[in-house]
Amino acid sequence: MKDKHIETFKQEAFELLEVLEASLMELESAPDNEELIGQVFRSLHTIKGGGGMFGFDAVAAFVHNIETVYDKIRNNEISVTDSIIDFTLKAKDQIYEMIRSEKKDIESDSETQEILNFFKNYLGTINTATENKPQEQNNVEDNNGQIIVYHIYFEPFEDLFLKGTRPTGLLSEIAGLGTSIILPNIDRIPFLNEINPETFYTSWDIFLSTDKDINTIKDVFIFVEDDCKLRIDKEDTGELKGDAEYYKALLEKKNSDSITKDHSQDIKLNKPGIQNKSKKDKQHNEKESSSSIRVSSDKLDLLVNLVGELVTVQARLAQTATTSQVPELVSISEDVERLTWELRENALNIRMLPIGSTFNKFNRLVRDLSKELGKEVELVTDGGETELDKNVIEKLNDPLVHIIRNSIDHGIELPEKRLEKNKDRCGKVYLSAMHSGTHVIIEIKDDGAGLNKKGILDKAIEKGIITSDAELSDKEIFSLIFHAGFSTAKKVTNVSGRGVGMDVVKNAIESLRGIIEVESKEGEWTKIILKLPLTLAIIEGLIVRIDKECFVIPLSFVEECIELTSAKKEETNGRNILNVRSEIIPYIPLRDKFDLKENMPEIEQVVIIKDSNLKAGLVVDEIIGEHQTVIKSLGKYYKNVEVMSGATVLGDGTVALIIDIPKMLSEEIKLEEKQYHKSI
Amino acid sequence: MPKTIMTVDDSASIRQMVSFTLKEAGYNVIEAVDGKDASEKLVKAPVNMIITDLNMPNMDGISLIKFARSNAPTKFIPIIMLTTESQAEKKSEGKMAGATGWIVKPFQQEQLLAVVKKVLG
Repeated sequence: MKDKHIETFKQEAFELLEVLEASLMELESAPDNEELIGQVFRSLHTIKGGGGMFGFDAVAAFVHNIETVYDKIRNNEISVTDSIIDFTLKAKDQIYEMIRSEKKDIESDSETQEILNFFKNYLGTINTATENKPQEQNNVEDNNGQIIVYHIYFEPFEDLFLKGTRPTGLLSEIAGLGTSIILPNIDRIPFLNEINPETFYTSWDIFLSTDKDINTIKDVFIFVEDDCKLRIDKEDTGELKGDAEYYKALLEKKNSDSITKDHSQDIKLNKPGIQNKSKKDKQHNEKESSSSIRVSSDKLDLLVNLVGELVTVQARLAQTATTSQVPELVSISEDVERLTWELRENALNIRMLPIGSTFNKFNRLVRDLSKELGKEVELVTDGGETELDKNVIEKLNDPLVHIIRNSIDHGIELPEKRLEKNKDRCGKVYLSAMHSGTHVIIEIKDDGAGLNKKGILDKAIEKGIITSDAELSDKEIFSLIFHAGFSTAKKVTNVSGRGVGMDVVKNAIESLRGIIEVESKEGEWTKIILKLPLTLAIIEGLIVRIDKECFVIPLSFVEECIELTSAKKEETNGRNILNVRSEIIPYIPLRDKFDLKENMPEIEQVVIIKDSNLKAGLVVDEIIGEHQTVIKSLGKYYKNVEVMSGATVLGDGTVALIIDIPKMLSEEIKLEEKQYHKSI
Repeated sequence: MPKTIMTVDDSASIRQMVSFTLKEAGYNVIEAVDGKDASEKLVKAPVNMIITDLNMPNMDGISLIKFARSNAPTKFIPIIMLTTESQAEKKSEGKMAGATGWIVKPFQQEQLLAVVKKVLG
């Protein structure tokens, strides 16, 4: 049955290790923070405890010394140093490996030993006394078959009930060890009107004939030995010599003989004093944790999918209800609509996670990288509470790692160089997240060398990405770094430049329906901006119609809608531009683009869209309205279709294609450039 | 009627293991993630016994024991604390607060059941 719990333990341990790492990183800048120290200790303690329970003895043994060091830190015997944190972080990686690979023994490799020795030395120099206390003797041993009669005197203290102890249970346990005569002393029981039912008044004299040794008898009383007077004496050998009367008489004789002797033999009467009050107070101040349950993300995905289907069906119901004009049906339909909307919001919310946990992981990355490269870098994060779909967060990890690596490797200069440039020795990488409508904006900014425009241009020309006579804006130059195969690193370092370029990052972000941009000022800073949708599953869309086909335009791109009369078209001599409040906006007649020629209406509609700084119009026949769109992929046969990002099922059951606005615009720009070059 | 035992531990794996062992032995089990959770649940449902870890966030085991001992429904019920070898002083502190007994981690299922039987009678 243990196997069943091992998985739970592993998962839990991995989470604890994350907590441990985050606490250590924080502890580095606030070494006196008691709460953090407590958290580190507790994480280690729980890993050790679970390790021992579930067969990870090596882990338990490995963690033991480290835990002891933190216990001493907790008790102000040792103070936190950089090297302690360093080694604990290393240890964390080792523990992770040990648990992941289910190692049974502590590795004898140099790193593990180094970590172990470090912590052992720490204990050695301070205090070795507390290590390895002997375990309680639990062995049941026989007296070599010899039967002995013991006289046990058991007098519980008055507050025994308040310890939850049932003395009758103890007596029957004793009785189970052999043959016994149990004689209660009831002299102390007061008159009924003076009895306090919470107080304990009885004591016992027990004569037990058994082949078990004295330790076995003591074990019976192990939990109460501090709460009673207990004496166990060897009385005789062999079986009991008589009945209760015989032993009563024996007792009376004994008591009159030796009253004075009694006290010297009492076992442990002193109660230990209360200690460590401050420690307890501290734990009260711990952060509130909300109770939660674990659900596999597959189940959540399924839920969201089903809610998506429900949204579609609900839309159909709404449509049918409206056309039927049956008041009762309309009212039901409205209720369903409200509930569906709430359900949708909630279902999507379940998958929302704050991005902070991902941000925290980067502390370690930045720390390790900067040490490796001999740079001083500080990571400043902001907006960690910003929530994003779990799937988006997961897929965001690798691109972010890559961008941050680039920032530290290529961006931030060496400390000496920074001083020369009148910059702070310590470089900064800012990582921030914030909401912006239905999107989340993530910015990664470093105050390093900035992008070298000339370097980029030369490289791009050398690689044949652009021609030498190309005239590019700053933005276009910077965006060249996202081109496949582009890398300006002079040498391949361990950190970046492993052949994976920024183009991979760009593809990853675009597969999340996100946008990546770069801004920079040479010599001062570089900023990478990621714009990501809150969720991948459902978008708000604007449904438009061309001839008999419906299309969906993601609402986040839509600026406004205006009419396009034939008079307006003639004004510009068919050059497909519009004058909107003295702004010149080009438009794309989707009829031409999608080759739909039938039923051209008198007045067409233009949907003005905006992607980054680019504005354009899409000409359609009719604008139907807003719609919650559940995105379905087009399937592998259509995976090469660029301008459509997916499809959705409308209320009446028809399929509408979702237009991929950024792709469509960039394609249009390319076409336009080609025509321009041709015309020259 | 089967007796109800509450297991209190911030470690899900240990909680699960204790719970599983007790359920197999025929007890009802209520789980709580820390002292605070336990104290809230104790008010709502009566239990015959508590098995609690000592080191927990929000409200530790010692405070939970004190809480239980100062409230009528739980005043006299057995409370077992889970300790480790190195926690001798915690153990006596827990005993002072009113714990009935203890189990030293790591423990086997049989040990757990033996102790439960011992204190529950």
